[in-house]
Amino acid sequence: MVALAGSVCLAAALAICLYGIGASLYGVRAGRRDFVASGRRAVYALAGLLVVAMAILQMAFVRSDFAFELVATHSSTTTPLFYRVTAVWSSQEGSLLLWVLLLALWSSLILFMTRRRLREVAPYATAILLGFGAFFCALLVFLESLFAVLAAPPAEGTGLNPLLRHPSMMIHPPMLYSGYTLFAVPFAFAIGALVTRRLGSEWIRSTRPFTLAAWLFLGMGIVLGARWSYMELGWGGYWAWDPVENASLMPWLTGTAFLHSVMIQEKRGMLKVWNVSLVLATGVLAILGTFLVRSGILESIHAFGASTLGIPFLVLIVVMIGGSIALVASRADHLRSEHRLDSLLSREAAFLLNNLVLVALCFVVFWGTFFPLISEAFTGEEASVGPPWFNRYIAPLALILVLLSGIGPLIAWRRATAANLRRNFALPTGVAVAVLVGLIVGGVTGSLGALLMFVFAAFVFGALGQELVRGVRARRAMSRDSAPVALVALVRRNRRRYGGYTVHVGVAVLFVGVAASSAFQDQRLVELRPGQTQRVDDYAITYERPTSRLVAASNGRLERIDLGARLQVREGDGGPVRVLETFKSYFPSTDASLGPISRFFEGEATSEVALRAGFREDLWAAVAPDIGRLRPRIEEGDEVFANATELSREDRGAFLAEALRGLSRSYTDSPPPATFRFIASPLVTWIWLGALIVFFGAGIALWPAGAGARRRATATGLARVARELERA
Amino acid sequence: MDPSRKRRTRLVVALTCAALLAVALVYTSFSAASEARQPSQLASAEPGKTYQLTGRVAAGSWTHEGTEHTFRVEDRAGGGPSVPVRYVGQVPDPFREGREILIDVKRSGAGFEGQPDSLVTKCPSKFTAEPKT
Repeated sequence: MVALAGSVCLAAALAICLYGIGASLYGVRAGRRDFVASGRRAVYALAGLLVVAMAILQMAFVRSDFAFELVATHSSTTTPLFYRVTAVWSSQEGSLLLWVLLLALWSSLILFMTRRRLREVAPYATAILLGFGAFFCALLVFLESLFAVLAAPPAEGTGLNPLLRHPSMMIHPPMLYSGYTLFAVPFAFAIGALVTRRLGSEWIRSTRPFTLAAWLFLGMGIVLGARWSYMELGWGGYWAWDPVENASLMPWLTGTAFLHSVMIQEKRGMLKVWNVSLVLATGVLAILGTFLVRSGILESIHAFGASTLGIPFLVLIVVMIGGSIALVASRADHLRSEHRLDSLLSREAAFLLNNLVLVALCFVVFWGTFFPLISEAFTGEEASVGPPWFNRYIAPLALILVLLSGIGPLIAWRRATAANLRRNFALPTGVAVAVLVGLIVGGVTGSLGALLMFVFAAFVFGALGQELVRGVRARRAMSRDSAPVALVALVRRNRRRYGGYTVHVGVAVLFVGVAASSAFQDQRLVELRPGQTQRVDDYAITYERPTSRLVAASNGRLERIDLGARLQVREGDGGPVRVLETFKSYFPSTDASLGPISRFFEGEATSEVALRAGFREDLWAAVAPDIGRLRPRIEEGDEVFANATELSREDRGAFLAEALRGLSRSYTDSPPPATFRFIASPLVTWIWLGALIVFFGAGIALWPAGAGARRRATATGLARVARELERA
Repeated sequence: MDPSRKRRTRLVVALTCAALLAVALVYTSFSAASEARQPSQLASAEPGKTYQLTGRVAAGSWTHEGTEHTFRVEDRAGGGPSVPVRYVGQVPDPFREGREILIDVKRSGAGFEGQPDSLVTKCPSKFTAEPKT
């Protein structure tokens, strides 16, 4: 009954989308405001229906209601509550529901905020957003079985894959999907602006917070995914150039380019074709990312199993690209720049170069990701490129990007003079040269790429530090405030500017971490017996003893068996001894053909790494216990239980627990050698710290301006309209 | 310089840079790429050439001694010829017999040598959805 209510919600959501599209388009074409408003309210209704559908599904997961097929195949009674909640979007169907739900919520917000503005553009944007909604609802109604029920519900579910039992998995998908769906908002409004030929900056101003929020959320999703990979996958890396990772990076890169180039359109009325193309490309890339995970067209370790969703997504993408190109081409006359680039030594030129680098980065990622298809199309042979190929192009482009993030804020608009260059560049260049000399003297010369990254980052810190100090001084000269008060007032009055500068600092910090951890990492894969020691970088790591434990779920059932190692770590020759523990968790399989003991070792396993994170260096360790020596005892145990048919259910459970305890004891009493991966990686913490600074900066830029700032912005806008009217 | 001529010069320089990048991308990607193969397509594998092998770990074929692993890989659809692979390193957590893997390999005698750190196992995670038949 409850499942039926969920299915009805989905069907009603699809019907509401179709009605809303019709009402919006009829309303705007016929000049019927009541229909336009009705179309907008259809988006609110869509959000309401999808919230109910999601609540029904969430409750089923929380209650472990295995009558729902989705719950039976993605959760279990031993899955902790926290992860039962996240298990909803671990399935293909659940993730599609999350996608369309977030789309409906964000669309409702923007349409509510613009309900008295953009009267011509908004109805078309409403129709586009509802078009996306209809597409995803149709997938859920016709191609997926979100609320399918089982005639004979199992007593226990399959359980959530252990690899997804990490706190960041709770927020990684919602962040990523928020990024994707929020990028649909500027896409929809850009289409509306093109259709209505209202191509001034009003639609950009109205959607800018959503573009920035999309960029922020997608960035958070990417970083959380990287952190999960570092902590959970047992290989010690944070980025592997996997197609699914790349799919999230591409719209983020073009979104970054748009956030910069749009400033030139607002300030100087330039780059209109470029900006609208970037917004449309970002929207398409966001859908492409969703498509890549679900189509199975590229080999990815993260992709969903083969599904039937590839063709519908492909059709949607072709329609989006074709429609976008046709609209931009037909509106070329309305997209002419109002000014030309005055000089290559100007902020506009720096922004333009930054855009070209970002688009080049996106193109490199796109080419590498889709190379298997490109290769097959041209040579008939499917072939792929690996991380070294990506790094060859990405590293130099990233260096240019970091340098530009320091140059952009320093250089003057329109045309920089020699005096401007001297005044603004002397100090940051001095800082960069000092760091270069310091690094060479300190012997940090092993990698030219890393060396250049450190120097360019120093330039960025010098440049932005100088800008901040000058701003505070100017403020204090006027207000006589103390330095901290002047700093806060300065940032509050120019949130977008100083938020952007903070983002640049964060990006530089992040890239320093990437460069250092890539260039100066010491990694060892070794087999150790208890008591043996391995040196890694400056650390002496001793395998002190094996560990084992049986972990019960909150309902008393055995959830997993942990086999691991206790390590003693000494830094340098005389440093204190620290203890680290790493283990591998073995979760039981639901395969009924396996014996009662062996099913605990044939299910999923996941590494829990030991991490000693530091500002200067991370020491990372993961163990792979050799359970081969336990095999004869496991098989013996299976045989005993197979013959013990007369045992009651309770006795069987008690004997099984005892047998597993005995097995884990035997592992610790006579441990076989274990395989360890040790990684000493400098400045990894800077990556996470840099990301936090980036998000903080984006938060500053996103924070609503005060009344005073809004008045100033309105005055600037009015002045601009007046100038445009004069020209007309 | 005449402004329109200046703009043309800039455009030519920009397009030249873009063309150079494109040529470099095309050349290096085709020359550095590993051909993707399933086991049944590896009969004619050339020695010394790297292939990206994709397939399933055959049942009952995985043995290991310390960090040295040997297993056979068969086509994803199952059946057909399987190829023996030797891999030195740590296998990913989800690595199991019957799981889909990707690994860069080179021919070595009658079998194939897995390249260091190239073994990835398809994440079964969210993605229980095998095609429903």
